[in-house]
Amino acid sequence: MEDLKKTCLHERHVALGAQMSPFGGFDMPIQYKGIIEEHNAVREACGVFDVSHMGEVFVTGPQAEKFVNYIFTNDVAGLPDGGILYGMMMNHDGGVVDDLLVYKRGENNFLLVINASNIDKDVDWIKLQSASFDVTVENVSENYGELAVQGPEAESVMEEILGIHCKDLVFYTFLESEYDGQHMIVSRTGYTGEDGFEIYADHDTIVRLWDILMESGKAVPCGLGCRDTLRFEVGLPLYGDELADDITPVEACLSMFVKLDKPEFIGRDVVARQKAEGAPRKLVGLEILDRAIARHGCEVLNDKDEVIGYVTTGYRGISVDKSIAAALIATPYAVKDSELKVRVRRKTFPARVTAKKFYKKSYKK
Amino acid sequence: MSKTYYSPTHEYITVDGNVGYIGISDYAQHALGNVVYVDMPEEGDEIEAGEDFGAVESVKAASDLIAPVSGEVLEANEKLADNPRLINEDAMANWIIKVELSDLSQLDSLMDEEAYKAHCEAEK
Repeated sequence: MEDLKKTCLHERHVALGAQMSPFGGFDMPIQYKGIIEEHNAVREACGVFDVSHMGEVFVTGPQAEKFVNYIFTNDVAGLPDGGILYGMMMNHDGGVVDDLLVYKRGENNFLLVINASNIDKDVDWIKLQSASFDVTVENVSENYGELAVQGPEAESVMEEILGIHCKDLVFYTFLESEYDGQHMIVSRTGYTGEDGFEIYADHDTIVRLWDILMESGKAVPCGLGCRDTLRFEVGLPLYGDELADDITPVEACLSMFVKLDKPEFIGRDVVARQKAEGAPRKLVGLEILDRAIARHGCEVLNDKDEVIGYVTTGYRGISVDKSIAAALIATPYAVKDSELKVRVRRKTFPARVTAKKFYKKSYKK
Repeated sequence: MSKTYYSPTHEYITVDGNVGYIGISDYAQHALGNVVYVDMPEEGDEIEAGEDFGAVESVKAASDLIAPVSGEVLEANEKLADNPRLINEDAMANWIIKVELSDLSQLDSLMDEEAYKAHCEAEK
């Protein structure tokens, strides 16, 4: 088994008695006290996540903007400094290499925040594509730690407990400042469907901020377990579940983050064609009409018991008291309220197609 | 006079005569965390030692239930269908299925409480 990487907060997690498990090549906390408790803390008050496993890549140089627009689905032309866009990198078949955030730090100066599990693949891909552009690609993932402070009380925790001025930040913008002389990036972003912030800084600073939060008792330490239930309930995709090298943005219902009206970019043709002609599969929500839980990989069946797709994520909802799932299914069946079945172990259970947002987001815009 | 045995996969069986009550141990419920669903067989189903007969699901994951013995299911604990959390409250009191054992000698390969405690200790 490969050696697992550790974040700068690893010792803290172990000391708190977290249940640790491999994720994206890192030994990460899945839960401290319990997923339900941590989930509710984020929905109702404030939780803090160690997301130092996430990757950070700087793209700079005279053609940085042109290059980012070539590999990224969203359009960074016209994005103001301090602005952030969500989008994807596609391969030439239109499959998703990764989904990511792009931070515009200045003219031809970008930060790409990528998934931990894809760091090596993404950096190789970005460098390969950059050959004919005048840009510098720098993987700085190991220099940065990251905290996500999330929940309706996140703003007051940031301001009052950490003393980080952020209340004027608009959703999907960031600022760069210093914390005790150390460079820090603070953005109003997250992956929970709640208001919140993400802080990028060197390891020592991240550990100091974490310790202050723990001492204050105002932010509940939250593991990746509830990060997944929180993001899933509001319909946010996770790479490896809803997104993969062979799933296109159209199939994942993310074509609003693909800007076809910008200059040529990788994967454009596939998206343009699928938007015009339809994609073979579509991501939908499912409500399982039973207590059974259909998890990743469970088959979805039609009324003739033919397999028409599979579940990408499934849970007993926490903020939504139902058995719910997201599933990638053949497009003809992707019609709201259509009656399907899911196979869980030896049994099949009825399921109904729904929207894939099961819970309303509460962003502060 | 009943006696409780444990399997290496953390199921227990409390046996009285040739009738046993199978559930998961307190150690197992603690390791799983919040139980949100129990997939149980039905009355009349046969279970076979070493084979899975259902699952206990926490928020995060499903864990197969492995039969410690072979036999016929006499009853599934219907209370768990509506309230799976009972397993977290008291795993030993809230058995999952009641079975009629077909081979009492299978109990010999299971652990008593003391051996099971040592088994859990070694897993930590």
